[in-house]
Amino acid sequence: MSQGNLLLRMELRSNPETLCVVRNALGELAQTLGFPEAECRAVVLAVDEALTNIIRHAYQGRTEQPIEASFRRIRVVRDGAHTAALEIVLEDRGMTVDSEKLCGRKLEDVRPGGLGLHFIRESMDTVEFRRKWGRNQLRMVKLLHTPETGRES
Amino acid sequence: MLQIEARHLEKITVFDVSGDIDLATSPELRKALLREFRDMRMPRVVLNLKHVHYIDSSGVASLVEGLKASRDVGSRLILFGLNSAVREVLQLSKLVRIFEITDSEEQAVAP
Repeated sequence: MSQGNLLLRMELRSNPETLCVVRNALGELAQTLGFPEAECRAVVLAVDEALTNIIRHAYQGRTEQPIEASFRRIRVVRDGAHTAALEIVLEDRGMTVDSEKLCGRKLEDVRPGGLGLHFIRESMDTVEFRRKWGRNQLRMVKLLHTPETGRES
Repeated sequence: MLQIEARHLEKITVFDVSGDIDLATSPELRKALLREFRDMRMPRVVLNLKHVHYIDSSGVASLVEGLKASRDVGSRLILFGLNSAVREVLQLSKLVRIFEITDSEEQAVAP
C-alpha cells in the first residue's frame, strides 16, 4: 500500500467548513487524472462522505481535530492487466467506529441517515478500514479503466 | 455555502436553493423545510434545485426529513431542476422514487 506516485497530501481539521475545499481540489485532481465526469463526481462523493463520517462519528462533531488525506496514483492488476488507479488514504485519531454500524439501515427504509457508507462502497472499487498505531485508516481505490503495460509499482 | 431564497405564491412556498448541500449546510435546508411544514403548515413547498451542484447523504437526509414532515401535516414537497449530480446521488440512495419530482417550476406549482 501507498507505494505509488504521491499526487497530493492534505492536513485537515475536522471542520465541516473544509469539506467544500477538499471537494474542489479532489474534483480537479480526478479530472486531471482522466476520470470521466461521472466518476470524478463518484470519487468526490466518496471522500466527502468518508470525511463526514470521521467528523460525525470518530470525532463526535468536535472541530479542530486532525485528519490526514493522501492521494496517490498507483497501478493494480485486474483480470491479468495492469490498470492505473487513484488510491486515497484518510487517517484520523478519533474513536474507532464499527463500519457495520455506520450503515445502520436497509435502503428500503425511508428515513434520514445511514447512507454515507453505502455511497462510499457504491462509488469506489476498494474500501478498506483498519486501525493502525492508534489511528483509524480508510483506504479507497478507484480504477481508471485504462489498461497499461509495464512493471507494477 | 448555501443560499435559500423563499418566494411565496398562493398556498405554495418556492425555495430557490443554490450552492452545495453538505454536512455544513444541510441543517439550514432542514430548518427551512421544517418551518414551512410544521410552523407555517404550508400545503405545498417546492424546491428549485437548479443551482445546487452537489448534495451528500446529509443533504438527502434533510430532504427525507422534510418529506416526512410534509406527510405528517398532509402537505406536499416537490423538487424540480435536478442536475445530473443531484439526480445521481438520489438514485444511489434508492430514495429517488419516494420524492415528487417535476421537470419544471410550472409543473411543480400547477393546481
